[in-house]
Amino acid sequence: MSVATQIEVEQRVGPEIKPAPPRYRNEIGKFRVYRSAACTRCGRCAELCPYGVHQMGRGGRQMPRPRDYRCIGPSCRETGHYCIAACPAGALSLSINPSFESLGDWRWTADLLVATWLEAETGQMPGPHLESSLGASGGGFDRLRFRFPEAAAQADSLRHGLRKEDISTRVMLNRRNDGRPRVTIDVPFYGGGMSFGSVSIHTMLAKARAAAAWNTFTCTGEGGYPDPLIPYANHVITQVATGLFGVREETIQRAPIVEFKYAQGAKPGLGGHLLGDKVTPAVAAIREAVVGYPLFSPFPFHSVYSVEDHKKHLDWIAHVNPRALLSVKVSTPGDVDMVAVGSYFAGAHIVHLDGSYGGTGAAPDIAKKNIAMPIEYGIARVHQFLVAEGIRDAVTVVASGGVRTPDDAAKAIALGADAVVIGTAEMVALGCIRCANCESGRGCARGIATTDPELVEMMPLEWAGQRLINLYNAWRERLVEILWRLGLPSIADLRGRTDLLSHLDYESAEARR
Amino acid sequence: MSDGSDESGAGTGRGTGKGRGKREAMPERYHIHTKNAPPRFRPVGRLGIVDWREDCAGCHNCVKRACVYDLYRDETDYVKGERSFLDYLYQCKGCLNCVQNCTKGLLTRIVNPEFERLGDEYYTPDMIVTTWFQAETGRIPVSGAGYRGRFSGSGFDAMWTDMSEIVRPTRDGIHGREYISTSVDIGRKLSCLSFDGAELASEAPLRIESPLPILFDRLPAPWASERLYGAVLQAANRTGLRAIVPEEWIANPPSAVSPQPSALSTQDCVIPLLSDVIAQLNEGLIAGAKMVEITDNDHVFVKAGLVKAVNPEVIVAIRVEATPQSAARIAELTKDGAEVVHVVFNPHGREQDGAHPRHARSVLREIHKRLVEDRIRDEVTLISSGGIALAEHLAKAIICGADAVAISLPLIVALECRLCRACENGEPCPVQLQDIGLDYAADRITNLLSAWHLQLLEVMGAMGIREVRRLRGETGRAMFRDDLEREIFAPIFGKK
Repeated sequence: MSVATQIEVEQRVGPEIKPAPPRYRNEIGKFRVYRSAACTRCGRCAELCPYGVHQMGRGGRQMPRPRDYRCIGPSCRETGHYCIAACPAGALSLSINPSFESLGDWRWTADLLVATWLEAETGQMPGPHLESSLGASGGGFDRLRFRFPEAAAQADSLRHGLRKEDISTRVMLNRRNDGRPRVTIDVPFYGGGMSFGSVSIHTMLAKARAAAAWNTFTCTGEGGYPDPLIPYANHVITQVATGLFGVREETIQRAPIVEFKYAQGAKPGLGGHLLGDKVTPAVAAIREAVVGYPLFSPFPFHSVYSVEDHKKHLDWIAHVNPRALLSVKVSTPGDVDMVAVGSYFAGAHIVHLDGSYGGTGAAPDIAKKNIAMPIEYGIARVHQFLVAEGIRDAVTVVASGGVRTPDDAAKAIALGADAVVIGTAEMVALGCIRCANCESGRGCARGIATTDPELVEMMPLEWAGQRLINLYNAWRERLVEILWRLGLPSIADLRGRTDLLSHLDYESAEARR
Repeated sequence: MSDGSDESGAGTGRGTGKGRGKREAMPERYHIHTKNAPPRFRPVGRLGIVDWREDCAGCHNCVKRACVYDLYRDETDYVKGERSFLDYLYQCKGCLNCVQNCTKGLLTRIVNPEFERLGDEYYTPDMIVTTWFQAETGRIPVSGAGYRGRFSGSGFDAMWTDMSEIVRPTRDGIHGREYISTSVDIGRKLSCLSFDGAELASEAPLRIESPLPILFDRLPAPWASERLYGAVLQAANRTGLRAIVPEEWIANPPSAVSPQPSALSTQDCVIPLLSDVIAQLNEGLIAGAKMVEITDNDHVFVKAGLVKAVNPEVIVAIRVEATPQSAARIAELTKDGAEVVHVVFNPHGREQDGAHPRHARSVLREIHKRLVEDRIRDEVTLISSGGIALAEHLAKAIICGADAVAISLPLIVALECRLCRACENGEPCPVQLQDIGLDYAADRITNLLSAWHLQLLEVMGAMGIREVRRLRGETGRAMFRDDLEREIFAPIFGKK
């Protein structure tokens, strides 16, 4: 019986989507609109622009600077709203924003960053002036495409009158039939573990609010369970990692899911290291450590050297909390398929694969680039192996480490994951620019990944929570759009459907043309 | 999880093997002492802020004052001459706060065009800057956020090192790295021991031990100078490594400026690269050397014989250009008794000729495989040079089959060289390498070696490999893109 049919079809109304405009005065978009002194304040541009770039000055005063991050660029010419041509005084000019060109990298391009900011502001996917589904890494997700039906007739017959509002994005997390709660999430993604100390309490709470609003999860990471998260306990996974920081009986008993972190994709096999600067009094208290001293999470669990040890480990938590689901987070070595099977037999409900290109608060550059394999390979290898072993439907596979967009998420699921875990995308939604300085000095200069009291206040909690709620909405809508175009009534029906994917480097793509 | 017990067991068993010195409670650890060596010239950073002051309202809440990193204040100090250079990694960090908060939006962040001109298509600007950082601090480059580069690429970028979820080199977690051995033997090895009754009949071949699988190679033409060779040798002495130096630089350096005897006179760390003229035999040099190198040619063993006649205790390495015939030639040399073969790729890590010169990644694997198939792999030491630009390349070259690598360009880059090639055109060097202080240059090179050593420990720790000798040819501890594509994606997506 497929998982889709096990889940009762029930549509929930999503949380309220409210605009969460940028917290900086000059938000960076792709384009720069410049208004010269020739402006006569006639207001023609403000009338014309449906995107809110132009506004009238109050009381006939000078017009404010254009909010050009909302501009859709030269393609606006075809829409009839093109202010540049319409300005009677010729006072407006349009160019690429030079700061935009300094943003981004191969994995997170400037387009992806700006698109994610807009998703978090509006709750909708941005228009086609931004590439919001692909990066420029030249491999993996960036070379995979969905094989959407091309002919309209073909598409119609595929859909059989399927309506978008009937499509389910719900995912079952407990497939073991072991009497533990049948936990489901309403969107096929949840928030990855980020410890208190590596990120601010506002960041943690914003993630928890979004998780509660969308009936999904966030994760404490390895750094203890701050009390302000307790009201969201039904949506908070807590982590047991090698340093055992903040692991207490009550935190385990509070959690619907307990995650064992064996390794992190960005630095597999290396363990964690919180620099002394970040061990503030609050962090030290929750981790039961000393202020100002660096904290190491060693690698690996020193009590685990076999599947049997691993099972003992899981049994311990299973007894402390008889309601908890057990998740095992591992990275992607060459034998990741064997690791996954071992985790299942040790009692895991969820096998969480964290690929090598995933995020981190700090890791050696050599590790981020080189150690372990990208998640795209890991998912396919594990899925096929679990199918061959006949246990695929008894375990939930979630994937993380390089899932940047809803398209990446859908591709990961088509390759064989049940759901994905996201991290960097959430940080970007909160205003991260991937400057990579999370770890140094006072921490994140954007106020996201820091515990510096002054920097933390840069990001208001209300705003941050709404940004993530909006982001989740945009992602869900895009996922529904993909499922609808493929004629699938449920995200569960997409799992392992590699036949719906093509890879641009392979003949499957040739055959399609 | 599958390969747990045997690996860690084998590793423990070998822990007291030879080459580890006396059996003590705590084996002596190899450690490179570093000393901060700030740049002499203003380094080139990636990002910069441009502002259009003409529209500036001169408001009282200027964003420059609010810079989280105090960059603008530091810059003022710098301009006033109160401070030396800002650390390039801590110049503008590009956090965008000033750009996004400026009342009138006058500030723009740009990528420094000078940064983009650094290096060449192989030595990317990022590689140059990370080498500078390591040469300054001796530390491992660490950053936040995930990987930023391409999915994969050519050369060493088409492979990943593996890790093990369970196996550890020791059971001491993060502290266990101190027990990882990075030491290698250079010289011929016996494939087995023979006995005469109870007596050992085999004679131990000549070998030297290097605490890191790294040698310093001859410096490329534009940089070869007595000063830079002097710096390289000083760094070699400090780190316990060895440097290959052409004999003409040792005997009578062509640009000898000083009347006193050459600073490069024979030292233990020098591996003279001998002329391949048979008759030219600098006996004093050979007599004082532990190892020499000869360029491969038809009569290489004749020359080697003459060298051995002068000094029977000297190891003779044969320097072979990497070509499509390398594997066959190296197998032949090994069968004829070569002790050490040094295969030389071009500066970008590719074969020296051929229509489509292959990268060392493939060629080293081919050579290693050929030697294994001929059952002579362990008899010869294989050194690879060319294209080793980062610590990851060191680990990957060894995984592909080299016992050790030889480097030269990274040493030059460590001294702030930008690979601008001005020197080749007879233009003045922007970082005045001709005037660099010997001690300072040695500090920078030593720091780089320390950072590479630490990074090698990181990847070996993750792999669960306890000795770098065991890493050689251990492709099971790596994943090659083409293999993963063939095994995982080809069954799904068809042919490439």
